Amino acid sequence: MTTTLTSQKEILPPPTERFTILGWLKKNLFGTWFDAILTVVSGLFIIYVLYMGFRWILTTAQWAAVTDNLQLYMKGQYPASEDWRLWLLMYLFALIIGLMWGVFLRRAEAVGWILLAVPVILALWMVKLERAAWLNLLIMDAAAIVGYFLGRRYPQRLQRPTIILILLYMPLVILIVRGFGESGFLPLVTTNLWGGLLLSLLLAIFGIVFSFPVGVLLALGRQSRMPAIKTLCVVYIEIIRGVPLITLLFMGQLMLPFFLPAGITIDRVIRAAVAIIMFAAAYMAENVRGGLQSIPKGQYEAADAIGLNGVQKMVFIILPQALRAVIPVLVGQFIGLFKDTSLVALVGLLDLLGIARGILANPNYIGRQLEVFAFIALIYWVFSYAMSYGSERLETALGVGER
Amino acid sequence: MFRKPLVILLVLLAAVLVVAACAGQQPAEQPAEQPAQEQPAQQEEPTPAPAAKTTLEVVKERGKLICGVNQAVPGFGFLQPDGSFAGFDIDFCKALSAAIFGNTDSVEYRPLTAKQRFTALQAGEIDVLIRNTTWTLTRDTELGANFAPTTFYDGQGITVRKDSGITTLDDLEGASICVSAGTTTELNLADQMAARGIEYTPVVFETADETTGAYLDGRCDAYTTDKSGLVARMSLFPNPEEHMILEETLSKEPLGPVVRHGDDQWFDIVTWMVFATFTGEEYGVNSQNVDDMKANATDPNIRKLLGVEGDMGAKLGLSNDWAYNIIKQVGNYAEIYDRNLGPNTVFNLARGLNSSWIDGGLLYAPPIR
Repeated sequence: MTTTLTSQKEILPPPTERFTILGWLKKNLFGTWFDAILTVVSGLFIIYVLYMGFRWILTTAQWAAVTDNLQLYMKGQYPASEDWRLWLLMYLFALIIGLMWGVFLRRAEAVGWILLAVPVILALWMVKLERAAWLNLLIMDAAAIVGYFLGRRYPQRLQRPTIILILLYMPLVILIVRGFGESGFLPLVTTNLWGGLLLSLLLAIFGIVFSFPVGVLLALGRQSRMPAIKTLCVVYIEIIRGVPLITLLFMGQLMLPFFLPAGITIDRVIRAAVAIIMFAAAYMAENVRGGLQSIPKGQYEAADAIGLNGVQKMVFIILPQALRAVIPVLVGQFIGLFKDTSLVALVGLLDLLGIARGILANPNYIGRQLEVFAFIALIYWVFSYAMSYGSERLETALGVGER
Repeated sequence: MFRKPLVILLVLLAAVLVVAACAGQQPAEQPAEQPAQEQPAQQEEPTPAPAAKTTLEVVKERGKLICGVNQAVPGFGFLQPDGSFAGFDIDFCKALSAAIFGNTDSVEYRPLTAKQRFTALQAGEIDVLIRNTTWTLTRDTELGANFAPTTFYDGQGITVRKDSGITTLDDLEGASICVSAGTTTELNLADQMAARGIEYTPVVFETADETTGAYLDGRCDAYTTDKSGLVARMSLFPNPEEHMILEETLSKEPLGPVVRHGDDQWFDIVTWMVFATFTGEEYGVNSQNVDDMKANATDPNIRKLLGVEGDMGAKLGLSNDWAYNIIKQVGNYAEIYDRNLGPNTVFNLARGLNSSWIDGGLLYAPPIR
């Protein structure tokens, strides 16, 4: 700054906004007397809630019901001797995330460090609890890092294998979790032993993966010019949307057995999964239809003009745009679906919620509802938030709302 | 022009069909919510096991017993940290497995809700239902169920706050009462109160946890469930001494194992499995001394029970050491009771009616001979 003459005052540059904590506080929190009162009152309220919350977490709560049963929450009654299969799938998952990061994103990001930190923190906690899981958690991190560097090193060559790996992952999960045959390498683990977070996630992933194509087909069917298909789709969508999910689950568990010939039973988990898929598909169809209807007519005409046939028009022109437009809605639905899987506890399946109820009936942990439900709420939140964050990144990457 | 009305017509038609179908199903769905008043509609197809095979054959072929249980009743059925089930009802599943297979591990436990249990039994999804199920006439007849001897005599009671001034049922005039849905509890309450002409407001919750929580939060003046449940819950209240259980018992709740109609041999096996645990207690045979008894006992009753004399097991279609296996691996009734509900547990439930007849209780097994 040079010294200025008083006569030059009029031609000073406009005041630059300088950030000071006090200035920010005054502007945003204590602007008027009303703001000030509001700030003080809500500030006190927040401090009170946080204080009570932390005091409960650190002193009053007895976390034995959570720490003693971690295995149960995670995998239900899945036999301990087959734990390695689940860990194997976790390593593979970490490897895929690492590869995707390396191949497609190609740079380290803050989120990556957070993701890597999570297993380490969990591992430290596990060491304190004297559980063998900590080593596996660190191997997960190692797999992710290896994947990342491999992906960065050979982005071109690994692009295709990565995509294949992603597509193969779901069938592989089912194959490895379920196994086959009486004994041998991968003995069969029947679905009545699947439980906890494992079952919740499997039901949710199944619901999402299968309801998506079905929902898209239903949405296209509803737009169809063929009355039979259109009517069928409309009737299906409206009927399913008109009943709550719990009704479908109850029908699957209570009424279905009476329609089947004696001696034939369908697996309970599969019945629940089908009900969830049927339910989700109807909602998916309506969301996708919203996207389809947002595509201007010009796109259809342009596709016709360059000589694409109906299928090509849908697959290459309309659907990519339509689906991109409804990503936020779809992710919202997926999150809802994930949380809806907890309804299967009401038909006797031991998902995360069902397991929690079984644990709460243990005489050693009676009365620990708050701790147990807070814990599973945290698990649901973590996964829901992860999905939400993932969708946000996907939207940015695809430029939703900018084009 | 023509197409649109047609579509609308079709949709309407479908909607009417759905409504009609739903209306037709209502009597079938209602009993599911109120098991004590099951209607015949649901029971028209009691699905027997394939005619050619008895339940015992099916179970043996499968290599395991499928036992319908409750995974969330303190003391009766719950999950242990290692993922195994435990509890009073679970022990009877294990006893049945021991009687058939000679080990307690050949059981697949199938957690069922109150609403599902009879459907699962009728449809043949489970072999036996051991899930704190009350024996009633309707269930025994229309629901196609056969009740094995009662393993636990319970009765519905009411807990109130001591400072509320309520000491008898009549004091509950105008009170609100917390109750769990989908059980006989709700109906018993309504019946008893109607019989006495007492006006009250039921406040219904899905699970026992919610019900007690609401009572403790002061949302109701009283809280009702089976007395065993009241005792168990009260021991966990922040200030148990501020509450008390009214003396009146609203209902009889005999709880025991249930099997399907139509397979008498299987019914016999489940029945005598229960009697074997009673008999063991009566003659002082327990898991500790059973080997000694088998080798040295001179009492013919004990010798027959343990398969040293006679062919009692063969008559049931089992091996002769069926009762020995039950007592050796699971225990007699007293051991099962004490392990799950007795003085060393948080419940510390007095035996009361659930004592052997020699101690003045109701447990009385016919002779094994």
